[in-house]
Amino acid sequence: MATNAAQKLTRKDFVSDQDVRWCPGCGDYSILAQVQKIMPEIGVSRENTVFISGIGCSSRFPYYMNTYGFHTIHGRAPASATGLKVSRPDLSVWVVTGDGDGLSIGGNHLLHALRRNVDLKILLFNNRIYGLTKGQYSPTSELGKVTKSTPAGSADHPVNPLLFALGVDASFIARTIDVEAKHQQDILTRAANHRGAAFVEILQNCNVFNDGAFASLTDRELKSDTQLLLENGKPMIFGKNKDRGIRLRGMSPEVVTLGNGITADDLLVHDENDPVLGFMLSRLAQPAFPMPLGVIRATNKVTFDAAMNSQIQDAMAKSGDGDIDKLLRSGDVWTVQ
Amino acid sequence: MATSPVGVLPPKPVVERDNVVIRFAGDSGDGMQVTGMQFTNESVFAGNEIGTLPDFPAEIRAPTGTLYGVSAFQVNFSSQSVYTPGDDLDALVVMNPAALKTNLADLKQNGLLILDKAEFNEPNLKKAQYAKSPLDDGSLDKYQLYPVEITKMTTLALKDMNLPNRSVMRCRNFFALGVVSWLYNRPIEPTVKWITERFKKNTEVLEANTLALKAGYNLGENTELFASSYDIKPAKIAPGLYRNITGNTATAIGFVAAAKKAGLPLFLGSYPITPASDVLHDLSTLKNFNVYTFQAEDEIAGIGSALGAAFGGSIAITTTSGPGMNLKAETIGLAAVVELPLIITNIQRSGPSTGMPTKPEQSDLLQALYGRHGEAPLPVIAASSPADCFFAAYEAVRIAVKYMTPVILLTDGYLANASEPWLLPSSADLPEVNVEFRTDPQGFFPYLRDEDTLARPWVRPGTPGLEHRVGGLEKDYLTGNISYAPSNHEQMVRVRYRKMAKITQDIPPTKINGPESGKLLIIGWGSTYGSITAAVKGFQEQGKSVSHIHLRHLNPLPADLGDILSRFEKILVPEMNMGQLLRVLRAEYLVDAVGLNKIQGRPFKVSEITARISRMLEE
Ligand code: SF4
Repeated sequence: MATNAAQKLTRKDFVSDQDVRWCPGCGDYSILAQVQKIMPEIGVSRENTVFISGIGCSSRFPYYMNTYGFHTIHGRAPASATGLKVSRPDLSVWVVTGDGDGLSIGGNHLLHALRRNVDLKILLFNNRIYGLTKGQYSPTSELGKVTKSTPAGSADHPVNPLLFALGVDASFIARTIDVEAKHQQDILTRAANHRGAAFVEILQNCNVFNDGAFASLTDRELKSDTQLLLENGKPMIFGKNKDRGIRLRGMSPEVVTLGNGITADDLLVHDENDPVLGFMLSRLAQPAFPMPLGVIRATNKVTFDAAMNSQIQDAMAKSGDGDIDKLLRSGDVWTVQ
Repeated sequence: MATSPVGVLPPKPVVERDNVVIRFAGDSGDGMQVTGMQFTNESVFAGNEIGTLPDFPAEIRAPTGTLYGVSAFQVNFSSQSVYTPGDDLDALVVMNPAALKTNLADLKQNGLLILDKAEFNEPNLKKAQYAKSPLDDGSLDKYQLYPVEITKMTTLALKDMNLPNRSVMRCRNFFALGVVSWLYNRPIEPTVKWITERFKKNTEVLEANTLALKAGYNLGENTELFASSYDIKPAKIAPGLYRNITGNTATAIGFVAAAKKAGLPLFLGSYPITPASDVLHDLSTLKNFNVYTFQAEDEIAGIGSALGAAFGGSIAITTTSGPGMNLKAETIGLAAVVELPLIITNIQRSGPSTGMPTKPEQSDLLQALYGRHGEAPLPVIAASSPADCFFAAYEAVRIAVKYMTPVILLTDGYLANASEPWLLPSSADLPEVNVEFRTDPQGFFPYLRDEDTLARPWVRPGTPGLEHRVGGLEKDYLTGNISYAPSNHEQMVRVRYRKMAKITQDIPPTKINGPESGKLLIIGWGSTYGSITAAVKGFQEQGKSVSHIHLRHLNPLPADLGDILSRFEKILVPEMNMGQLLRVLRAEYLVDAVGLNKIQGRPFKVSEITARISRMLEE
C-alpha cells in the first residue's frame, strides 16, 4: 500500500503487474530496467511519479511502471505532460517517446516543451525506424534508408535529435545507449535531478526492423574507439588505450593521437554550459568521429511551471483568494428597484 | 430625464416611442464600438431593456474609409421586453460613405439617418465605390436625412485646446454620441463618468472627449437641426443587481464559478482563434481564482494540456472555434475513453474551413454530436443567450465531473460578442459541483463504476496505493488493463452509451413556452433563442397556438422530448445551418418536423421567423 519517504523502495516496487510485450531482444527492455532501477535512488515516491507517453513501441512504457501513467495519442505526450506538470508541480513527470512520435508527428510539441523549459524528463528512444507500424523509415533514419515504404531508399535528410534540442535551447541535453546499463543509470539520474526540461536521447536497437543500427557503438571490440564518453571539465579522450582525443583546429574538431608532443592539455575540455561546444559535439558522428555519449548540455533557467505558479501565487497575494460574488459584481453594475 | 447641459431655446417637443433600434457605423478607427457601448450604458441608466450586437471587420487594420473596414454596433432599447438586438433599424448613424453603403439596406423606410457631411468627399466616396455622392442623387430621399457637420463642429468645439488634427478627429465619435444622446433623451453622465475613468491618466484626451460629447448634446438642444426628440420610458424590469455581460465573459466566469464551487484549480489550455480568444483573455486576468491559462502551441496542445490537467485533478477546459474542433477531435476521443472530465468549448463561426471567422453559425452541431472516429458519445450543451453562457458553462462542468466525461459546450460568435443586462445570481444559489477524489485503495479498480452515474473514480496522482495507468487502448471493463477481448469491447462501447443515457436524470422537465400541446411547436437551440422568443410572443399575444421550447441539452436529449413532440400538429426548427437539429429530431423521434434555415453569418431577424410561423399557421 502506501509508500512513504522513510520506507526504502527497491526496483521491484516500480515494476507493474502487466506483462511486458516488446519483442524479445528489444532494446526497450534494458531501458525499462534502468529506469526502474534509478527510481528508488532519486527519492521520489511511486505515487508522485507519472509516466506519460504517445504512440509507438516506446510508448507502451507507462504500462510497465508501477506509478501513475497516461498513454496518450501519437506525438502529443509533451502537451499533456505540460498541462499536468503546470497544474501539479508537486509531481515528477516523465515523458517517454520515440523518434517517430517525438520528432515526426510530435515534433511541434517536443519543440515547445523544450523551449518553455517545462520541468519534464523526456526520454526519446531513438531506433531510427518505425517499429509498431512494422518497419517504415523514420525522421532519424539515415539518407537512402531502404524500408517497406522506401524501396528505392529514403530521400529525406535525417534530423539530429541533439541539434534539434540545442536549436530550441533546451536546458538539459544528453545521449546514452540501451546496452550501457551503468551509463544509462548515470544519465537518467542526472536528468531526474535537473530542474527543467531534461532531454535524453537513448539510442535503442530495434532488433526486428533495424537490427544493428548502433552496432559499431555496442561492439565490444570497437566501442572504446567509437564512443566518446563526455565528462564535464575533463578533456575529451577516448580509445581502448585512452590515447586518442578531440582537438580544435581553427573552428573545426579533429581526432588526434596523444604522444609526439600532443598531451591532454591540447584537447578540448568538456563544458556542459557551453552551447557552442554542444553544437560541435552533437555534429560528431561515425565514422570520422567517435559518437559522444553523456551530458551534452546542462544549464539553469527558470522553469515554465514554476513561473506559471508564481504568477498565480503573486495574484493571490495581491488580490486575495478570488471571491465569486465579487467577480460577478465586477464591472459596471446597477440596481433596479 | 437626468440633468443635461443648460439649453438656451425653449424646450422642444418630446415624442414617445416603445422601442428603438439604432446602429452606429463607421471606420474601424472611428471608435464605433466605444460609442455603441456608451450609448448602451446610457440606455441602461435610462431604465430600458436592451440588446446589443457589435459587428467588426475581420481585418485588424483595414485601410481607412474602405468597405471592408467598416465597424458597427447595434443597440435595441425599449420600454418593453427585449430578446434580440433588433431587426431593421429605426436610426442609423454613419461616420463615412463606406459605412453608409454597407449598412443602409437595414434602415427602415423613413428611418433616421445621421451622417457626417464633411466625410462625403471625393476620396472617401471613391473608396466606398460611390460613382456619385448619395447626398446629391436623391437615393436617400426615403429616409429622414440629417447631414450633420460632425467633423467641423468637433473641430470648433475643441479649437481652444490647440490639439493636433489627429487627436481632434478621435473625438468625433463622442460628438456623434452627444447628438444621439440628446435625440433620445439619454443621460450623458454615465458617459462622462466613463471618459473620466478611462482617460484619468491623460487629462487632455479626457477633456477633449468630454467637450466633444457635450458639444454634440448641445447641438441638438440649441439648434433647429431636430424638430423634436424622442423618449423611451423605462421598462418594467425585475428588481435586483444587474450587469451588462457578453457571452464570452459569461462563459469565462461560469467556468471560474464552477471550479471555485468544486474547490479545484481551473486549467485552460487554448490556442488563439476568433471568436474564442476573449475567453482566454478574460481567464488570464483571474489568476487569483487559482486559474491556470496556458496559451498552447496549437489546438491539439490546447486540449492535450487540458486533458493532462484533468488527469491531475483540475477542472480542465479548452476553448476554440470550428476549425480548432477538427484538430482536437483525436484528443476528444481519448478523453472519452479515459473518461476524464474536460470541457471542450466551441464558439461556433461560419464555416467550412476559415469561412467567415467573425460571423456566427450553428453548423457544428452534428460535429459535436458525431464528429469523432469510433463510437464516442459525449454530452453536448448549448447556451442560448449571452448571460446564459454563464449557466451553460457552469452546467458543463457540473455534468463533466459528476459523470466523469468530456462535455462539449456550444456557443457562437453572436453570443460571444453580443451583450445583455444580467440579473446577477449569487454564488450561494448556484448548484453544488461535487468532486470526491478516490483515496481508498480498498477494492479500487480504475474502471469500477458508480451505479447511479456509471462514472469511474477520479484519482489524483499523488494518492498512495492507487497508482494506475490509463490510455487510449481499449481496456478491461473493471481493471482498466489493456484488453482486446471481443465481448469486452462491446461491453465498453455500450456502457459509454449507457452513461450518456444516465445523464437524462440530470435534465429537468422541458419548459414549454406556450400551450402544452397544439398546432405549432417551435424548437430551437443556441443563439436563436431571442429571435424565436420575440416571434412567438407576437403570436401568443394574438391568442394563436404557438409554443416554443429551447434545448439546453443536445445530448442526451431530454427524456420528455419525444412525448412533447407528439402533442403538436406541426414542428418548426429554425437554425443557422442546413437543418442539423432537424435531422437529429427526425431520426430520433420519426417526426415530420420542418426547418427554417439561414446561413448568412447573421442571426435570424424576428420578422423572418414570424413570416414562416404565419405561413405554417395558414397552411
Ligand atoms: S518492433 Fe522493434 S522497437 Fe518495437 S518492440 Fe519490436 S524490437 Fe522493439
